Amino acid sequence: MSSQTLKTQHAHAEEHEHHHDAEGTKIFGFWIYLMTDCILFATIFATYAVLGTSFAGGPTGKDIFELDYVLGETFLLLFSSITYGMAMIAQHNGNKSAVLKWLAVTFLFGLGFIVMEINEFQHLIHEGYGPDRSGFLSAFFALVGTHGLHVTCGLIWMAVLMAQISSKGLTTTNNTRLMCLSLFWHFLDIVWICVFTVVYLMGVL
Amino acid sequence: MAHGHANTAGASHGTVKSYVIGFILSVILTVIPFGLLMFPNTLTPSVVLTIILVLAVVQILVHLVYFLHMNSSSEQSWNVMAFVFTVLIIAIVVIGSLWIMFHLNHNMMRH
Repeated sequence: MSSQTLKTQHAHAEEHEHHHDAEGTKIFGFWIYLMTDCILFATIFATYAVLGTSFAGGPTGKDIFELDYVLGETFLLLFSSITYGMAMIAQHNGNKSAVLKWLAVTFLFGLGFIVMEINEFQHLIHEGYGPDRSGFLSAFFALVGTHGLHVTCGLIWMAVLMAQISSKGLTTTNNTRLMCLSLFWHFLDIVWICVFTVVYLMGVL
Repeated sequence: MAHGHANTAGASHGTVKSYVIGFILSVILTVIPFGLLMFPNTLTPSVVLTIILVLAVVQILVHLVYFLHMNSSSEQSWNVMAFVFTVLIIAIVVIGSLWIMFHLNHNMMRH
């Protein structure tokens, strides 16, 4: 019995070692993708910084930004970051149902963020402050919209991954996907820190 | 057998404690800059600008360490290397763009 266990453990250890390399390479590859995404965002931030004061007689940041609303959005993303962290810990402990539960909570926080953002955009466009109004608003919609699009992609990915985990369980492949989405999700929160500082806070300063 | 422990190379795991510490620090670093702008105070705009920029940089570092688990271990050295390179590229793109466009604006205005 015990030798059987040892054999199994040995086999697992070899398998473990093999996966370790391949999965580690995948995660590193995803990290490189995130770094290129950083550069994408940097170019849009540079564009915003150049166009940010071209109001063309239209509204300024002071006129259209509501900080309490943005604070709400910020907290939704922040909560979703810690709940994703809890999902990663549950995955580490091999607790499938807890992983699915925390992913669902994270999904709802992320969805809340997107709904708030769409509502904000709709409100601005309705007021006549769409991306065609001024250089400032073009850059604003491009920057905040790109971040929103990333969060939306993250939500779709999360929904697909939840379906994968619930049908196939916490397999090595699914764990790697979970790790990559974790990096993506926390990365988007970092981009949001730059967005609320550069766009919203500096906009009303 | 626990297959859950497969991934440590390339990125490491956090603990409940590290996530909670990261979360609390982030909340503090978010509430202070918003509070400075939402409630009237006697600070000059340039002081407020400096504070919110410094707090943003600190919060980015908090996220990198507590949520993305970046550290100085050898497993992470390539991640950190790629990150440092990216920061360099971002600095060139952003500072370079602003520098060029500011001078362009300046020269166009004068003629």
